[in-house]
Amino acid sequence: MSTLFNISLSPHSHSQETTKKLMFGVVIALLPALFTSIFYFGYGALIVTSVSVISCLVFEYLIQRFLLKKPVSVTDGSALVTGLLLAFNVPSNLPVHIIIIGSLVSIGIAKMTFGGLGNNPFNPALVGRVFMLISFPVQMTSWPVPAGFNTGYTDAVTGATPLAIVKEGLKNGEPLSDLITQIPTPSQMFLGNMGGSLGEIAAIALLIGFVYLLMRKIITWHIPVSIIATIGIFTTILWLANPAKNADPMFHILAGGVLLGAVFMATDYVTSPMNPKAQIIYGIGIGILTVVIRVWGAYPEGVSFAILIMNAFVPLMNRYIKPGRFGEEVKNG
Amino acid sequence: MKTFQKGGIHPPENKLTAAKQTEVLPLPVSVAIPVSQHIGAPATVIVNKGDSVKTGQVIAGSKGFVSVNIHSSVSGKVNKIDSIVDTTGYKQTAVFIDVEGDEWVDSVDRSDDIITDIKLSSEEIISRCQESGIVGLGGATFPSHVKLSVPSGKRCDLLIINGVECEPYLTADHRLMLEKGKEILVGISILMKALKIKRAQVGIENNKTDAIVHLKKLAASFEGIEICPLRVKYPQGAEKQLIKALTGREVPSGRLPIDVNVVVHNAGTAFAVYEAVQKNKPLIERVVTITGKTLANPGNYLVRIGTPVSLLIEKAGGLPDDTGKIISGGPMMGKALINTDIPVVKGMSGIILFPSSESDRMPSQPCIRCAKCVSVCPLGLEPYLLMLLAQKGLFEKAEEERITDCMECGSCSYTCPAGRPLLDYIRLGKSTVIKMARERVVK
Repeated sequence: MSTLFNISLSPHSHSQETTKKLMFGVVIALLPALFTSIFYFGYGALIVTSVSVISCLVFEYLIQRFLLKKPVSVTDGSALVTGLLLAFNVPSNLPVHIIIIGSLVSIGIAKMTFGGLGNNPFNPALVGRVFMLISFPVQMTSWPVPAGFNTGYTDAVTGATPLAIVKEGLKNGEPLSDLITQIPTPSQMFLGNMGGSLGEIAAIALLIGFVYLLMRKIITWHIPVSIIATIGIFTTILWLANPAKNADPMFHILAGGVLLGAVFMATDYVTSPMNPKAQIIYGIGIGILTVVIRVWGAYPEGVSFAILIMNAFVPLMNRYIKPGRFGEEVKNG
Repeated sequence: MKTFQKGGIHPPENKLTAAKQTEVLPLPVSVAIPVSQHIGAPATVIVNKGDSVKTGQVIAGSKGFVSVNIHSSVSGKVNKIDSIVDTTGYKQTAVFIDVEGDEWVDSVDRSDDIITDIKLSSEEIISRCQESGIVGLGGATFPSHVKLSVPSGKRCDLLIINGVECEPYLTADHRLMLEKGKEILVGISILMKALKIKRAQVGIENNKTDAIVHLKKLAASFEGIEICPLRVKYPQGAEKQLIKALTGREVPSGRLPIDVNVVVHNAGTAFAVYEAVQKNKPLIERVVTITGKTLANPGNYLVRIGTPVSLLIEKAGGLPDDTGKIISGGPMMGKALINTDIPVVKGMSGIILFPSSESDRMPSQPCIRCAKCVSVCPLGLEPYLLMLLAQKGLFEKAEEERITDCMECGSCSYTCPAGRPLLDYIRLGKSTVIKMARERVVK
């Protein structure tokens, strides 16, 4: 008998793509937004991000090692992404203890209680963010005014976000044309020179990340494009119907967390649908809910809630919306 | 440029031997010729131990319609009729022959002349294919005469020749199209005559531009044969994907190409048909690519059926020390061989050697629901779901989710970033569902 060789079923080669590489790809795509945030908000942004990332990694390690007594997979990059995204969704002057509590909710409650990576129905970073928003409404809605490295940390001068200025103003009966003069111009908003969550301010940085994610084939266009297009179309209709009461679509897309949500939060693998048809419906749902909350709801911003609500429909969508099967319809060309 | 739309992947091509002229492999000391080298009933052995046989002589007769003759690929004495482990890993009967000289049966025309004039009638061509042991040489080894016999009630208007060779590494068909282009085109004309049709398309992927140019030039003097370049994408060589790419016709789930009026044959098969019909030469040898990044001298060889794989490896520079895995066929759909004693068979298009560093799978991790498996599936299935259903034994549900449509191209397992053995479990589910369906019919 000659030498025996390895036997396995085909395929015998692999793309060499791994979970870890995908997660670190997302981290790279988030870097431009992190840099612009540090540029506008100074070391506060750095402190918040570091605390969030470190506490997410530590909580994941502690829970896997001592509570679940399972193999520790903290190096797979998923907790790192959650930590970054959690930081991106809060103001840059958020006190350390609140960030740590938010991280515990993200990793401990939203991710690990459901069985860890791959099993959580809701986006962990958003669960953490919404928990903090409800528990610490004052700290979570005091937004530093961007002043570069002079912004400071908890001592930062704060002001309202463009979305809040418009929302409050309209409620008090001020004309929209006056309110527009109080907020940054579209080009300032595009470059990130406005108040808001740490990672959501610079459209340009988020779009660079989007292009990178598409080029690396980490995500597909379906979810981000359907969310942004839906918000664009819906707010255009409202704007055309009553320009005195409703802001223009450019304002809705640039101010607030639409781009961060569409590109990085809604595309989270675990909590988004598994085929293009369902992904487009999911994106349209997020777009509609975001506008409804912003225009008619109590909060000035609705992206987080919209994504979490649509997360809940994902299992249902995966069950009933199927990809087009080959050979389903008889086509004779 | 045309291609199929749904799913597909682009693995690294690694066509190391694309420029290597086909060489004739010297005769081995002995051959082992399995009696089942095709889909369908194994042939019945008609020689005995001690018999003298000539090259091209029938040693096992076809048994029923879906079966073909098996011929001796060498001349010599039958040493024994015994079982042998074949490429599938199962044991089957084989005829062992000790080689003495190379004396051919008289009926074979061994000259180099290319005969373009087709004398045989449609029916004669079809029976000649079965007598000469012609099977699909792309790897599936389905008897060719069965595909040429269009059932009553069905109609064929187009012959498609598969020169796609979408598997990485393999170049056997590529070389054959370059070196035996005219013979292949005559073979295509023969197949068209057998099918009584006037139109054929040859699909070739655009990474073989030399073959496309060469065949286009030759095809000008043949009637009704069109050479069609295709955009490179795996698995374009799959019958249904090739038909879709060339014609836009979609073979319905569970049906055959003939249901969309098409018959598909491999380019290598067209060459074998030419030899069988014009030269009366049975299928006793084929081009095999022997390749691998660690191999000293990879190449393409014309090999007699039954030659041990070890001789091929020796000719290509010997077995590298760190070889971990040997694949018969392509890296995507080929079979891993347990040792090198296994004989070359009709369906073996290539032998690939992988170093041990490339022969282990990555460890399986939790599914992150990235949906990459769904997006690459050329049949629009949901591999992650089929794997889960098979794991949990929910076979009825797997059947509803069309698990039997899976053609096992491996794109899902190839792509999965978590390294999950998707196709292993889909195979388990698929075979269980097929068994369940058979039992239903019996009841």
